Amino acid sequence: MIRVQNLVKKFGDLTAVKDITFEVKQGEIFAFLGPNGAGKTTTIKMLTTLLHPTSGSIELDGLDPTVKAKEARQRFGIVFQDPSLDAEQTAWENMDLHGVLYHVPRKVRAERTEQLLKLFELWDRKDSYVKTFSGGMKRRLEIARGFLHTPKILFLDEPTLGLDPQSRNQLWTHVRRLNETEKTTVFLTTHYMDEADRVAHRIAIIDHGTIVAQGTSAELKERTQSDSLEGAFLALTGTSLRDESADPKAGLRAVARMWRR
Amino acid sequence: MGAIYILWLRELKRYVRSRVQIIVSLGQPCLYLLALGFGLGPVFKEAGRGSYLQFMAPGVVGMTVLFSSVFSGIAMLWDRQFGFLKETLVAPVSRMQIMVGRTLGGATVAVMQGALVLVVCLIAGFRPHSWLAIPTAFLFVVLIAVVFAALGTTIGSVLEDMQGFQLIMNFLVMPIFFLSGALFPLEGLGNVMKWITRFDPLTYGVDGLRGALIRSWAFHAAVDVAVLCGLALVFLSTGAYLFRKIEV
Repeated sequence: MIRVQNLVKKFGDLTAVKDITFEVKQGEIFAFLGPNGAGKTTTIKMLTTLLHPTSGSIELDGLDPTVKAKEARQRFGIVFQDPSLDAEQTAWENMDLHGVLYHVPRKVRAERTEQLLKLFELWDRKDSYVKTFSGGMKRRLEIARGFLHTPKILFLDEPTLGLDPQSRNQLWTHVRRLNETEKTTVFLTTHYMDEADRVAHRIAIIDHGTIVAQGTSAELKERTQSDSLEGAFLALTGTSLRDESADPKAGLRAVARMWRR
Repeated sequence: MGAIYILWLRELKRYVRSRVQIIVSLGQPCLYLLALGFGLGPVFKEAGRGSYLQFMAPGVVGMTVLFSSVFSGIAMLWDRQFGFLKETLVAPVSRMQIMVGRTLGGATVAVMQGALVLVVCLIAGFRPHSWLAIPTAFLFVVLIAVVFAALGTTIGSVLEDMQGFQLIMNFLVMPIFFLSGALFPLEGLGNVMKWITRFDPLTYGVDGLRGALIRSWAFHAAVDVAVLCGLALVFLSTGAYLFRKIEV
C-alpha cells in the first residue's frame, strides 16, 4: 500500500531524511518511531504531498504522489501533529467541509458523519463550536474526520500527544476497530512505546534521518535483547537528548492566543 | 466548484458570527468621519470646496473595503498557525480552487463591510447625488474588494509570522490608504505627490466611488474600471502562483 525507496529530503545543508526505504502492506498498522527531530514528520509530509522529496520514490496505492497529487490525496486521510480544525465552526460543519473538499456525495457525507461522530462519541456535541472542545474531543474529531472519505491509508502523526490515558486508550480502540472493519492501512508515529507495542503490527525506528531497525515488536526486542519496546528503542537510538530548534510559529501562537482567535 | 463554495461560505460564516468584530471594525471609519469629516469640514468649506463630509465619505468606504479585504487575506496567518490551512492543502482539490474560494469569501465580506459603512455615512449626513448612483458605487466596491482580497491572499501566502504582518500594515496598507486621494482632492497636487497617487491602486477605486456617488471624477470611469480589472487579474494570478508554492 505504501512503498518508499531511497527517499531523501534536504533543507539547505541539513539532511532531514537520508535515504530511507520501507514498505507497508494493505490493512497493516505500521508505527514509525524515533526521537524528536529524527525525520518522522518530514517523512509524513513527503508522503502526504506537503513537501517535495529531494530524491527517491514514493508509491501510495500504486500512485506517485509527486505526480498524481490529487488522486493520491483522495486515497489518504491525515491527522496532523498539531490541530487542523476550524475552531470557529461546529463539529458537524468541520466534517461537512471536509466531505465537500474530498468530493463525498451529500447523502453519504451525512450518513458517514453521523456514523463516525457517534462512534467517536461526539454526536451530542455536533452543533457546538470546536473552540469549546477539550483536547481529547478535538483529537477524536480530527480522527473521525480523517476517516470520513473512507481513505485507504490513514496517517496519524503523534495523535495522542497531550491526551490522558483514558482518551489515548479509547482512541486506539476506535482506530483499531476501523482498521479491522474498513481495512484501512494505518501509518502512525508516537512517542508512547506502549501504544506502538499494543497497536502496531510492524514498527520502524528512525534516528538522524535513517531507519535503524524495522520489524515486529517481538523481533525488535529480540534483536536488542530487551524486555520492552522502550528498552529496544533506547538501545537503538541511544540515551542522549535531542533539541529541536524553536520555530517562529511559537511566537505567533502566543500573539494569536492574546487576540483569542 | 464545491470547494470554492464551501471555502467562500466559511469566510462568510466567520464574519457573520463575530458580531463583536463587526462593531469594532466600524469604529475606525466612524472616527475618521467624526474627526476629519466634521473636524476639518469648516476649513474645507473656507477653501471653497463645499462639504468635506460629502467629499471624504466615498474615501472612508474605500478605506473600509481596503482594510477588510487585505485583512481577510492575511488572516491566512491564523489558519497557518491553527493548522486549518494544512487541512485544505492536503485535500484533493486544486490550489487554485482553494485560493479563489478564500479570495472571493474575503471580497464578499469586504463588500458587506463597505455597505455597512456607507449606511453609517448616510446616517452621518452624506447624500449621494442620486439614489440611482448606488448600483454603480456597488460595482466599484466589488472591484476594490476583489483587487485587495487578491493582494491579501498573495501576501498571506508569503508571510509566516506576526512581525511581517506589522510590516505590511505600516509600509503597505496604511500608505495605500493615505496616498489614494481618499482624504484629499487629486487636483493641484505637486509633481511628486501626483505621481505617487497615480501608482496607488486605491486611487482609482476611490475615484470611481466618488464619481459614482457625488459626480466628481478625477479620471474617466472607464479608466478606473480598466485599471482595477487589470490589477485584479495581476494580483489573482500572482496570488494563485504563490499559493501553489506554499509548503507547510
